[in-house]
Amino acid sequence: MNFDLSEDQLALRDGIRALCRGRFTSERIRKGFDQAMHEELESTGVFSLRADGFGWAEAAITFEELGRAVVPGPLVWTHLAHGVADGTISGLARPEPGAAAFIEHLVTADVIAVLDDDGVSLVPTDAIREAAALDWPLDPLTPVHRVEALPAGERVAGADVAAMWRRGGGVLTAAFQIGMAQACTDAATEYALARRQFDRPIGSFQAVKHLLADMVVRAEVARAAVHAAAVTLDDPGVCDLDRVLAGARLLAAEAALKNAKSSMQVHGGMGFTWESDVHLFLKRAWVLNTAFGSANEHADALAARL
Amino acid sequence: MDLRYSETDEAFRAELRAWLARALPDLPSPPARDDWPARVRFDTNWQRFLYDAGYAGISWPKEYGGRDASPSEQLVFLEETTRARAPYVGVNFVGTLHCGPTLIAEGSDAQKTAHLPKILKGEEVWCQCFSEPDAGSDLAGLRTRAERDGDHYVVTGQKVWCSFGHIGDFGELLVRTDPDVPKHRGITWLILPMDLPGIDVRPIETVLGSSEFCEVFLDEVRVPVENRVGDENDGWRVTNVTLSFERGTAFVSEMVDALRMAEELAPDVHDPTERRELAHVVAELDALWALTKRNVSQAARDGSPGQGAFMLKLAYSEARDRLGELCMRVLDRAAFDVHDERVEERLRTLSIPIAAGTSQIQRNIIGERVLGLPKEQPWAKVP
Ligand SMILES: Cc1cc2nc3c(=O)[nH]c(=O)nc-3n(C[C@H](O)[C@H](O)[C@H](O)COP(=O)(O)OP(=O)(O)OC[C@H]3O[C@@H](n4cnc5c(N)ncnc54)[C@H](O)[C@@H]3O)c2cc1C
Repeated sequence: MNFDLSEDQLALRDGIRALCRGRFTSERIRKGFDQAMHEELESTGVFSLRADGFGWAEAAITFEELGRAVVPGPLVWTHLAHGVADGTISGLARPEPGAAAFIEHLVTADVIAVLDDDGVSLVPTDAIREAAALDWPLDPLTPVHRVEALPAGERVAGADVAAMWRRGGGVLTAAFQIGMAQACTDAATEYALARRQFDRPIGSFQAVKHLLADMVVRAEVARAAVHAAAVTLDDPGVCDLDRVLAGARLLAAEAALKNAKSSMQVHGGMGFTWESDVHLFLKRAWVLNTAFGSANEHADALAARL
Repeated sequence: MDLRYSETDEAFRAELRAWLARALPDLPSPPARDDWPARVRFDTNWQRFLYDAGYAGISWPKEYGGRDASPSEQLVFLEETTRARAPYVGVNFVGTLHCGPTLIAEGSDAQKTAHLPKILKGEEVWCQCFSEPDAGSDLAGLRTRAERDGDHYVVTGQKVWCSFGHIGDFGELLVRTDPDVPKHRGITWLILPMDLPGIDVRPIETVLGSSEFCEVFLDEVRVPVENRVGDENDGWRVTNVTLSFERGTAFVSEMVDALRMAEELAPDVHDPTERRELAHVVAELDALWALTKRNVSQAARDGSPGQGAFMLKLAYSEARDRLGELCMRVLDRAAFDVHDERVEERLRTLSIPIAAGTSQIQRNIIGERVLGLPKEQPWAKVP
């Protein structure tokens, strides 16, 4: 038992963090996901990580860093589908048969992966005839299309793989969320130290300090949960996988949402502007809260295991 | 990152589990809440029992009767004793969980030899005489005075909220030895034998209708200078060592126990919304156990549990409060009896966000020490 990050994991984390700082600046992020971004992430190994011999733990560490930078794109799906489909992959987990599908990043994606209980199917995006873009999607960096009738895809894997993708997708989404929660804490702390009112930094006021303390604790507790889930995915049997997974998803989703809201509060009027990055975090947190199962579904799943 | 215990840890677990299976059925049943002589006997017998079996002071040095076991074995110990519903440390709380560790870190050789083995054998019960009527959250504002008179400190003042004060053999005592310097600098940490002349202990009734803590009046009590832990006027630093154990590690076993309680509550929770709330609490407690493993692993690497330890008490207080409220909602009115385990627990756990530093104080500390935010006010002088 050594639940600390290993030297290699720390090096990986620092490497990805440095890359994000240098390459994925706020200015660049705001332009949205494109082919160049896909290629950079690909050449860094973000998508092939597990094929290159790393585990879910390392993938989670990587996605946490991508979350800190709120990098846009169907990153989780492209990672999951590595080796099964080429290019940029977006996806749908458990779509309702017959109902309209809402697909993220349709225009940049080459293929849509569809997970149902029986397995994984692939639908090439050019097979989709009619798709209507949402005029103004909630998260400006997550374009969404409404597709009335999704063509039946080609079945490429069975139920086991679908279940694995669903769990892995959940862990990576949760990892991304804790990265966001951490970034919100960092940004709000920095602002609280710099911004002065009543002749002193606002961070000296307890009402603000306590908001920030709760943020740091929320992110730290959720991080422990997400790392435990990732480690369990690599080494099933070490904990009850579906229980740690559901717990991690609940806590990570909450940390991302609440920390983004607190960050907006700490930033005051500035936080409510399009110009600051705060809203990007809050909006992405809402969007991710619906990825790979809702909070209520995870809570029900956890309760069912007690 | 590795959550799997080593073979050595698992061997330790198997051995411990076998011992618990043999030892626990023969234990007498726990005494009534306010039968203090029986409680002291029960808790100290259990401590002695652990000692004889080689399980007392799992992480303490061997020379004082400890096991010098690895941190992961300590976690295994907590998991197994909780799972087996072994007795709680009870009256040995202060001695084993924060006084002992303080003496190991800061005590003189004589103090270690005199007290550590006896704490582990259940021969000494300790209490904590830190708080005062006007020095609670602002602990450093304490006014109990100690004047040097030859080989003794002569102590006069009043302490309050002293858990186990009426049954303690020794107390962790904080006194003011220099009133003329900024308040954090004039404090000294003393070992107080609770039977010295001039000490008057009066129990206070808690919300449980129980006498768990006391007022302690000190009237010219002569404490030998050799009972000083650390240097004169360096007591605030020693106090922080004590508090770091009290807030960082002392309640970890409670946390594991809370998880057991939450799991046991599950069959009684039927309402779908309440089941989701329960899931949330369990997720938090699971995560806090993972965070404990992280703290332990980081401590093994850099010798200090890092910043995670600051977070545990605050997060645990909140999770525990949610669990307590859920218990109350699940119970029907007929069960509203303080003797019901869940009602008693709900009342008892109301103290968690207050004792050992309130949640507000923990937030201040996290804001200032972890995030580096400025203090609201500069340190004041002694009032
Ligand atoms: C069950 C129990 C057992 C205890 N056992 C012991 C013991 O064995 N030995 C011992 O010495 N003490 C013990 N205590 C005392 C405990 O440490 C104190 O109660 C605690 O530190 C709070 O101090 P106080 O009660 O004076 O409250 P106060 O300090 O008066 O606080 C009252 C309220 O004001 C808030 N507050 C105060 N200052 C600030 C601030 N700077 N910023 C924000 N909010 C603030 C507090 O958070 C609280 O909500 C025990 C307490 C309990 C409940």
